[in-house]
Amino acid sequence: MRFSLLSLARNALSGNKRWPAQWRAPEPKAEYDAIIVGGGGHGLGTAYYLAREHGLRNVAVVEKGWLGGGNTGRNTTIIRSNYLWEESEAIYELSVKLWETLSDELNYNVMYSPRGVMMLAHTVHDIQVFKRHVHANRLAGIDNEWLSAEEAQAFCPPLNISPTLRYPVLGAALQRRGGTARHDAVAWGYARGASALGVDIIENCEVTAIRRSASGAVEAVETTRGVIKTKKVGVVAAGHTSVLMGMAGVRMPLESYPLQALVSEPIKPVMPCVVMSNTVHAYISQSDKGELVIGAGTDAYTSYSQTGGLHVSAHTLDAICDLFPTFRRLRMLRNWGGIVDVTPDRSPIIGLTPVPGLFVNCGWGTGGFKATPGSAYVFAATVARGVPHPIAAPFALERFTTGRLIDEAAAAAVAH
Amino acid sequence: MLQIHCPYCRTERPESEFRYGGEAHISRPVEPAAVSDAEWADFLYMRSNPKGIHAERWRHIHGCGRFFNSVRHTVSDRILATYKPDEPRPDPKALSRGDR
Ligand SMILES: Cc1cc2nc3c(=O)[nH]c(=O)nc-3n(C[C@H](O)[C@H](O)[C@H](O)COP(=O)(O)OP(=O)(O)OC[C@H]3O[C@@H](n4cnc5c(N)ncnc54)[C@H](O)[C@@H]3O)c2cc1C
Ligand SMILES: [Zn+2]
Repeated sequence: MRFSLLSLARNALSGNKRWPAQWRAPEPKAEYDAIIVGGGGHGLGTAYYLAREHGLRNVAVVEKGWLGGGNTGRNTTIIRSNYLWEESEAIYELSVKLWETLSDELNYNVMYSPRGVMMLAHTVHDIQVFKRHVHANRLAGIDNEWLSAEEAQAFCPPLNISPTLRYPVLGAALQRRGGTARHDAVAWGYARGASALGVDIIENCEVTAIRRSASGAVEAVETTRGVIKTKKVGVVAAGHTSVLMGMAGVRMPLESYPLQALVSEPIKPVMPCVVMSNTVHAYISQSDKGELVIGAGTDAYTSYSQTGGLHVSAHTLDAICDLFPTFRRLRMLRNWGGIVDVTPDRSPIIGLTPVPGLFVNCGWGTGGFKATPGSAYVFAATVARGVPHPIAAPFALERFTTGRLIDEAAAAAVAH
Repeated sequence: MLQIHCPYCRTERPESEFRYGGEAHISRPVEPAAVSDAEWADFLYMRSNPKGIHAERWRHIHGCGRFFNSVRHTVSDRILATYKPDEPRPDPKALSRGDR
């Protein structure tokens, strides 16, 4: 089924009650050529590109809950590519390019909205770091520009640039092509596209063990819906990666932390762009429904609790109230947490593992939604060919042994 | 916010008085130059990150200032024990009873 003006009109007339299911819900087969573990955007996208780019259609995505129920459906959807290092610029910029045409490609509106992402500088150190980013990005052909505090306020009128703030706004880095997309639609669009190409999408199916042959290679996964044979497993399980890789005896340089977000009651459009401040820990944009979408920080300690401490989100609201005094009277509707998998250098891990047939795509931590299309694209190539895609290659697990880290943590002081 | 019992101050205090110190019982190789790159990477970067019982370090920064260890369940976040660094790690099986 294709979405078109005609199909929208026809279904509007029948009260939107006759839309067909957008992906099949098959029983797991006995064997697949490849199994992707994790039905978030990265996993579903990987399956889609495996089928579309590499002709691998006997593929399953197994998801323990529902599609997008992990971090994909819990994130604040900030998209940008103005990272410092060339390796990062390559993968995040590939993603932004794919975002630009994704709705057309999938015939599914992922609501990519390049409304501009503005990162606030509050200290001399921030100014130096952001200007360094601006220059590095321009050398790589990626848009990023420096704004004075007045220019920042002109771009985002509700922003308070009073010099009396505890952390006054001293300027900002703006990436105009940055923006947001609709998180659920990304998972659903890829699921629909993959399913139409023959990929089996199997929800409510938790992987409980990874079976290996005498030679050590992957031969099957055990799931809550039975044993499924396969010679290739791609683990794309975000916060649960250490648990899954542990099933195959692989230790990972990951720690899982709860990261929180909140939304306010819906109001008329007030926020024209995305504003983020790493220094005071506030991330804010407005959804098309009118809710202010606010990202908070992680808890101090590792946890799989998927909630997070109230003091963490309260701290972010303090910062939001300072930066946007007009929002002080808004009530918050919901808050929630997701479990993010954080690497020592705050860059992802994409590629092969010491176990033959086992591939991993993880470590996206607090900032992987923006990378969904690019990550899926290069990971699919890596899984299909058994060798890293050139853009994925620097992100191999071995970098922690060779010491070739891609230190976005030091570059930004925090990840996001 | 966690309520954490400091084994030195012998009182339970809010998490905001403490700083998290990562996984406990990781010891630096005695002779770094003698270990392989893989062993060094394991010490520096690899973490057990369990979904379940986790032994971890805390420091009472706004109190006595000392480091100590705790055993916490990473799904319920319940702290099952805290102990001084020179004390043995409590038997996780004895602690985990009735806690998931
Ligand atoms: C509050 C919050 C705000 C964020 N804000 C941003 C942002 O503004 N911009 C940005 O770029 N990124 C952001 N992120 C990060 C981003 O959400 C993630 O990096 C990204 O969505 C990860 O996608 P994924 O598909 O890898 O993981 P997920 O969507 O988490 O998918 C992994 C899936 O694996 C499944 N799974 C786990 N274990 C098993 C098992 N044993 N068997 C089967 N399935 C299993 C899970 O159920 C889950 O659905 C944020 C994250 C959070 C939590
Ligand atoms: Zn103390």
